[in-house]
This record gives sequence, structure tokens and C-alpha cells, in this order.
Amino acid sequence: MDISFERHKNCLVVSVLGDIDHHFADLAKTAIDNEAVKTGVKNIVFDLSHVDFMDSAGIGMIIGRYKYTLNKGGLTAVAGLSENLKKIMMLSGLYRIIKIYDSVEDAAKAV
Amino acid sequence: MEYDNEMAVSFKAIGENEAFARTVVSAFILGLDPCVREMNDIKTAVSEAVTNSIIHGYDNKEGIVRMWCGICQATVYIEVTDEGKGIEDIALAMEPLYTGRPDMERSGLGFTIMQSFMDDVKVESAVGKGTRVFMVKEIGKPEQE
Repeated sequence: MDISFERHKNCLVVSVLGDIDHHFADLAKTAIDNEAVKTGVKNIVFDLSHVDFMDSAGIGMIIGRYKYTLNKGGLTAVAGLSENLKKIMMLSGLYRIIKIYDSVEDAAKAV
Repeated sequence: MEYDNEMAVSFKAIGENEAFARTVVSAFILGLDPCVREMNDIKTAVSEAVTNSIIHGYDNKEGIVRMWCGICQATVYIEVTDEGKGIEDIALAMEPLYTGRPDMERSGLGFTIMQSFMDDVKVESAVGKGTRVFMVKEIGKPEQE
């Protein structure tokens, strides 16, 4: 599983490399939750600039983390979406509750 | 119907094979010269159908998923079949945001994505016998708004 974490103040940046499908999302959810609890952050930013493929499992993964940050009084954002990922985000309606930024820097500043 | 080309694979119903299924279909349809959008649409629909078989059909337990793919002129035909528990209410299962596994943080968008990304999707299922998802997509067609 290619996933890495970086902390920016009160924000956990989750960088993913590769495809996000059900198999990946299942493993990633636990890793992200553990890291969020460990660091005590209330905001999560997904850096998806190195993700070429994402199906509905990715939507489920992001919604789950959105609920987590909402409970903490924080926000979840995504950055670096390809056209394919934007299409899935639009279809799911997720863009209505989760902000999309061009870059991680923009997202980390905004949350 | 006579197809110009056909292929079939069977694989174990485990998460690792979601990527395998996408890769196999991608390689098979490459000769039709699909654009990036068409390739992604087909890969996503296949991924959703195979994931459904693994987590809903077989409940993440042992089973075999069969995938068949046919090409006729510029149209791709894909069939994903399992011999899992089947779907009791297909219309309900195909409703956007409905998920039979709320415990798994599923978005309930699998069939919606298949229907949005493919030209046609048909689902047949029998409780206790399994499910067959049949999808069609024509390559080279302008995207509908």
C-alpha cells in the first residue's frame, strides 16, 4: 500500500500513490484513522495528484474521513484530482461537502 | 451474436484481483484505441462489478468471479458473473446511495457508476445462485453531457 503522511499544523496530509479501489481503501482507512488519532489533528487533506484510478471505494474512504473530521470540528479536503477523479467526485455529489483544491498547499492553507 | 474477438478469465474473489480484472480488460480493448476517458470509464465499471461480486456476492468469503469480454466492431461487451448469494431486490440495489453493507463505509454508488460510465447495464440475479452483470460500451462515441 503506497500511502504516506505528513503533518501541517492541525492538518494531516494523506498522500496516495497508485489506484484507489476497494482493496486499497480497506487497508488505507485503518492506516489513516490510526495516524489521525496518533497526531490528534482535526483536519485531513487527501493529496491525490499521484492517483490515476479511483472507484466508488475511494468515495467511501473519503466520506468516512469526512465524518471523522466533522466530529472533531474540522474539515476534509482533496487536492490534485485528475479528470477521471473529478468525474467520480461530481457523480457522487461529494464536491458539495468536501472542498477540492488544485494543490495540497492551497488545501492545507484553507483548512 | 458473433464477436470479432472474445476472452474469458476466472479468478479468486479476493481484493487483489480487482486490479487484475481492470488490467486484463484494459489490455484486451487496447486495439480499439479508446481515449483516456473511455478506458477509465470501462476500468471503473469493471472494478465496481468485480468488487460487488467479492464483497456482496461472496461476502468476502471464498468464491470464483468469472469475467468475459467481447468486441464487435467498435463496441465492448463485458460480463461479470459470480455464484454468490445473489441479490434479493435488484431495483433497490441499483438505487443511488443504497448499500447492502453500511458497515463497510461503502458509498452505494457501484451500480450508479456502472450505469453512468457505460452505455448499457443489465443485471440478472437469483438468490442463492449468483449474479450476472452485463455491460456495453461503444468506443469512439462523443461523451453525453
